[in-house]
Amino acid sequence: MKIYVSIIIFPLDISDKVGEIMKKKGLSMKQKQNATGWIFLIPAIILICSFSLYPAMSAFVTSLKAGTGTKLTFTGLTNYIRAFQDDVFVQSIKNCCFYLIIQVPIMLIMSLILASLLNNPKLKLKGFYRTAIFLPCATSLVAYAIIFRSLFATDGFINHLFLKLGFISEAYNFLGNPFSAKIVIIIALIWRWTGYNMVFYLAGLQNIEYSVYEAAKIDGANPIQTFFKITVPLLKPTILMTAIMSTNGTLQLFDESMNLTNGGPGNASITMSHYIYNTAFKGVPNFGYTSAMSFVILIMVAILAFVQMKVGDDND
Amino acid sequence: MISKMKTILTHVFLMAISIISIFPLVWMIIAASNKSVDVIAGKLTLGTNFIENYKNLISQQPLWGTFWNSCRYTIFVTVFALIVSALAGYSLEIYKEKAKEKIYIVVLMSMMIPFVALMVPLFRMYSKLGLLNTVLGFMLPSLATPLLIMMFRTNAKAFPIDIIEAARIDGLSEFGIFFKMYIPSMKAIFAAAGVVTFMNAWNNYLWAKVIMSDDTTQTMPMLISNLTSGYATDYGLLMLAVLITTIPTAIVFFALQKYFVEGITGSVK
Repeated sequence: MKIYVSIIIFPLDISDKVGEIMKKKGLSMKQKQNATGWIFLIPAIILICSFSLYPAMSAFVTSLKAGTGTKLTFTGLTNYIRAFQDDVFVQSIKNCCFYLIIQVPIMLIMSLILASLLNNPKLKLKGFYRTAIFLPCATSLVAYAIIFRSLFATDGFINHLFLKLGFISEAYNFLGNPFSAKIVIIIALIWRWTGYNMVFYLAGLQNIEYSVYEAAKIDGANPIQTFFKITVPLLKPTILMTAIMSTNGTLQLFDESMNLTNGGPGNASITMSHYIYNTAFKGVPNFGYTSAMSFVILIMVAILAFVQMKVGDDND
Repeated sequence: MISKMKTILTHVFLMAISIISIFPLVWMIIAASNKSVDVIAGKLTLGTNFIENYKNLISQQPLWGTFWNSCRYTIFVTVFALIVSALAGYSLEIYKEKAKEKIYIVVLMSMMIPFVALMVPLFRMYSKLGLLNTVLGFMLPSLATPLLIMMFRTNAKAFPIDIIEAARIDGLSEFGIFFKMYIPSMKAIFAAAGVVTFMNAWNNYLWAKVIMSDDTTQTMPMLISNLTSGYATDYGLLMLAVLITTIPTAIVFFALQKYFVEGITGSVK
């Protein structure tokens, strides 16, 4: 308990002392304020350096080394070459790209459509719909992964429903087939995140005067034209940002792969983070190789964010 | 006539989406109150096996200990993350200077670092420092969050500089201004940032899995994840555990939905 308290007290103590020193030296008002500004900022700087920047750099150095456990020797880019020859890692990259290409566009388009429908001030039950669609965000990632795993199990509710409706004649093992396992992950992701993204669009739409839509209506624009000519262009910065966030999130998927399909069948639905976790903490750890693979994710995230921002700029 | 048809179609569509959104959660509650056999048989009404599932669950798993762990970790992260990030965001906006702008850019760039890249170095650092299986260890990496700093910085713009000047003339120290004037007048942003941090900390699974290795320090997401590893799944028991894991975030969601929305969209405005 003592340690936690001292974290807050610490800057206060220092500030008093700094204050005294400054009085003695007769620093100006402005300098005093700047010094306080730095004191406010220091805890965050220390934390980001020690728990983000330093580990990231040390991961990069480790990625150039090979060996097991803590006995590591420099080997240059060997780990990176190995990563791209590792069938499971290549499979995990393909899986993440598959999730990205299928799930992100469907989800963002759904969110946009829902947001523009709910933006109509005359619509009844608006509050109910908004809460209902946003509700999946109240679940934890592991919790919803397990709910979907249970729903899509061989003895789960979806099989029960499909059998009753006569869609299938015998229970289908959704999570046991490489393709359907990936589709279940995508369905789960869409379920969890559509409402989340919708909230961004609803916030963005609030900045657009509703009279713009009414004027368009009077001018004879149909809803589809309004959607593409008014909603999409005006929401472009928000769309760009949600696209970057979703891309980032999809490339780092872990909880769903771990708890919904456990990467299976075989490694058919495993994600990059999941595979990296397995190589780091299951069996003999190879930290050099693990770090190299995690840097591949970092580079992919950076490149895709850059590409999306460029695309966003060009259309202006 | 056409417009009426359109309204009806809109409602049918929105209702269908709403039902799909709600159904898995309703199913979770129903399953938690039924025997596993009934769940498998597709029963869709509340059952009477709730107490039985609960007894089985607490006999198999250290449920409340784990629940308390999750609460503890989450509260610590939320309180300290708000203090650290609010101070940083406020400082970046109110005491603007060139060097601080550069630091801000570094902070934003650090957002790009995927967590898996930090996982191994942090794990090695923690084993050396003895931070494994500790609350302090759990919270340290989540305290200075770029998104929160961004959010507080953007919001500090709305804090009128005249008030700060007036307070300075009245002899209030810079710390006094922050704690006595800024925090009380920015309650909404603290609520918004707090809700988001709470949700993220409660749901943080990978990090907990990396550093919390035993039964006495594990978190709720880890507990429910372990429940699925057996051969035959007891759906009633499993869904009850999932339900218990969801309750705190659901309470926060319903009680503070407005702030939650502001929190997730806040950093972008």
